[in-house]
Amino acid sequence: MPISWFLALRFLREGRMQSVLIVAGVSVGVAVMVFLSALIDGLQSSLVAQTLGTQAHVVVRPPDEVARPLRRPEAGVAVAARVEQTAQRARSIVGWQQVVVTLAAMPGVTAVSPVVSGPAVALRGNATRAVVLYGVDPDRFARIYPVRQRMVAGRFDPTSTSCVIGRELAVDLGVVVGDRVRLAPVGGAGDVYLVAGVFDLGNREVNRRWVVVSMRGAQTMLDLVGGVSSVDLRVREIFAADAVAADVTARTGLVADSWMKTNAQLLVALRSQASSSQMIQFFVILAVAMGIASVLVVSVVQKGKEIGILRAMGTARGTVLRVFLLQGALVGLAGSVLGTALGAGLGAGFAAAARNADGSPTFPITVSLALVARSAGVAFLTGVLAATLPARRAARLDPAVAIRNG
Amino acid sequence: MAEPVVLLEGVRKSYGDTVVTEVLKGVDLRVDRGEFAALVGPSGSGKSTLLNLLGLLDRPTSGRLAIAGEDTAGLDDAGLTRLRGHAIGFVFQFHHLLPGLSAAENVMMPMIAREGRTSRAMIPRAVALLDRVGLEGRADARPSALSGGQQQRVAIARALALGPPLVLADEPTGNLDTKTADQIFDVLREFNRELGVAFLIVTHDPRLAARCDRTIDLVDGAIVSDRPRIAEGAAPQR
Repeated sequence: MPISWFLALRFLREGRMQSVLIVAGVSVGVAVMVFLSALIDGLQSSLVAQTLGTQAHVVVRPPDEVARPLRRPEAGVAVAARVEQTAQRARSIVGWQQVVVTLAAMPGVTAVSPVVSGPAVALRGNATRAVVLYGVDPDRFARIYPVRQRMVAGRFDPTSTSCVIGRELAVDLGVVVGDRVRLAPVGGAGDVYLVAGVFDLGNREVNRRWVVVSMRGAQTMLDLVGGVSSVDLRVREIFAADAVAADVTARTGLVADSWMKTNAQLLVALRSQASSSQMIQFFVILAVAMGIASVLVVSVVQKGKEIGILRAMGTARGTVLRVFLLQGALVGLAGSVLGTALGAGLGAGFAAAARNADGSPTFPITVSLALVARSAGVAFLTGVLAATLPARRAARLDPAVAIRNG
Repeated sequence: MAEPVVLLEGVRKSYGDTVVTEVLKGVDLRVDRGEFAALVGPSGSGKSTLLNLLGLLDRPTSGRLAIAGEDTAGLDDAGLTRLRGHAIGFVFQFHHLLPGLSAAENVMMPMIAREGRTSRAMIPRAVALLDRVGLEGRADARPSALSGGQQQRVAIARALALGPPLVLADEPTGNLDTKTADQIFDVLREFNRELGVAFLIVTHDPRLAARCDRTIDLVDGAIVSDRPRIAEGAAPQR
């Protein structure tokens, strides 16, 4: 065993109570880091998942129509004009088949779903509900929304004669799978559809509004024959949705809105949550570092005489330095091992304790390997850095003075 | 006995930058292999300073200092550490054992420091040394479990771990009762006779000084007398 290891281990063993206390302190610090990170990560991914459960990551649509008056400004003539903005009509993306191919080939895009959507009315008996009609390709649509996993009755099989509706709408209209409803454009006659399935996407408003049929059915109903009103995208890296949207606009000239833009407030909340958690972690690390440093400083003072003797017996300065650096590193390492275990345990306990009314866990707390590795690395480095000051002090001790004062 | 273990020529040592205090005022001293010498003098005479210089824990302000034939002027800190490790053994008044280590580990410490690592081969050597100083079977004991005399025996075994040509002992019996002090002294004497190790013993005890082969008297930073032992019963030579 190298001399620095031998002495570091003996010193740690000798100051047993101190060693135990400081390892416990580091463990608690690391546990807080791991638990907090896991908690915030879980909370955030659950919030994002909930938000994105009913939203495409990026929605591509044709640019808004704007009124462009033909009047040219003339020199010396002041014109007072009020330009009446046009109401937006349902319009198709020009050449959408080509657009879909282009979008699907873009890096970072994992799924593309052309959608025909517009306002409609659902009727049954004397119940009338305003709904949003979605005409989709079922397989493409299912790659954007987890609708196949969220069916509560029937199957997700929208055609031009059968529709899939949300749970709340089914209740409002009093229909079950196999019943018929009339879907009509606003001010039109419409058609009768079979209810093929009922979904629950976890969002009451969506469950009450969305009616999904085939593309052709919606095209006919909304008078958009052969066209689509928007294209939904799913991206690989959800926090890169903004960049993908900008890229889409640059390539196609279409308007692309990312979920980050439409949920700006949520994003701000997530970011401030993350930064406050990072701040807490920073101060925890700082406290851990000061704890390790103070214990080692005291130990250097206590062991001044012993260090002097070691030097008198031919121990090099560098060895003395390493002995104390090693103590810091070992304390950091032991604390990080115990701390990650404790943090993971806390996380599991919290996940088990905090449950929804129906007994399902509120959100997943996952202690990832990367998180464990990061925390352990941080604790180890903190230990070494915290030990630097006392170690240098120990190495600088004048052996003659240390022995005399001992 | 070609080269002396200790050779001092005109060694001076002063402390302080503005108010300079000269502690050693030109000391010449030669100690040969196998000598058994006492260094005596009133407190404040510079004994500790001299011992620190001899132990390479401090450097002289001027003058020549050679240990085991090696001039120390040209050595850096690492060089001094190395020379100190193989040429000098220390025995202090307070045993100065490492409390966290067993008796055997304390004895092994100079070997570990020289090799830079522990090794199994060191254990039997340490145990053998402990046996020689009369501590059979106490190799695993912590210093706190040993008596004062036993602790000092461990310290002596440690000083001799690397078989140095010189052992510096600072009041080795200072805090021991007379009977134990005599025993410790006998142990030192034995090593001196059997291994030819030179001992320089700082002591206040005239009884012990009288049992050494040579008495060096330091007063006010200078050696005022350096005489061989007066054989017991013989008439003092003046």
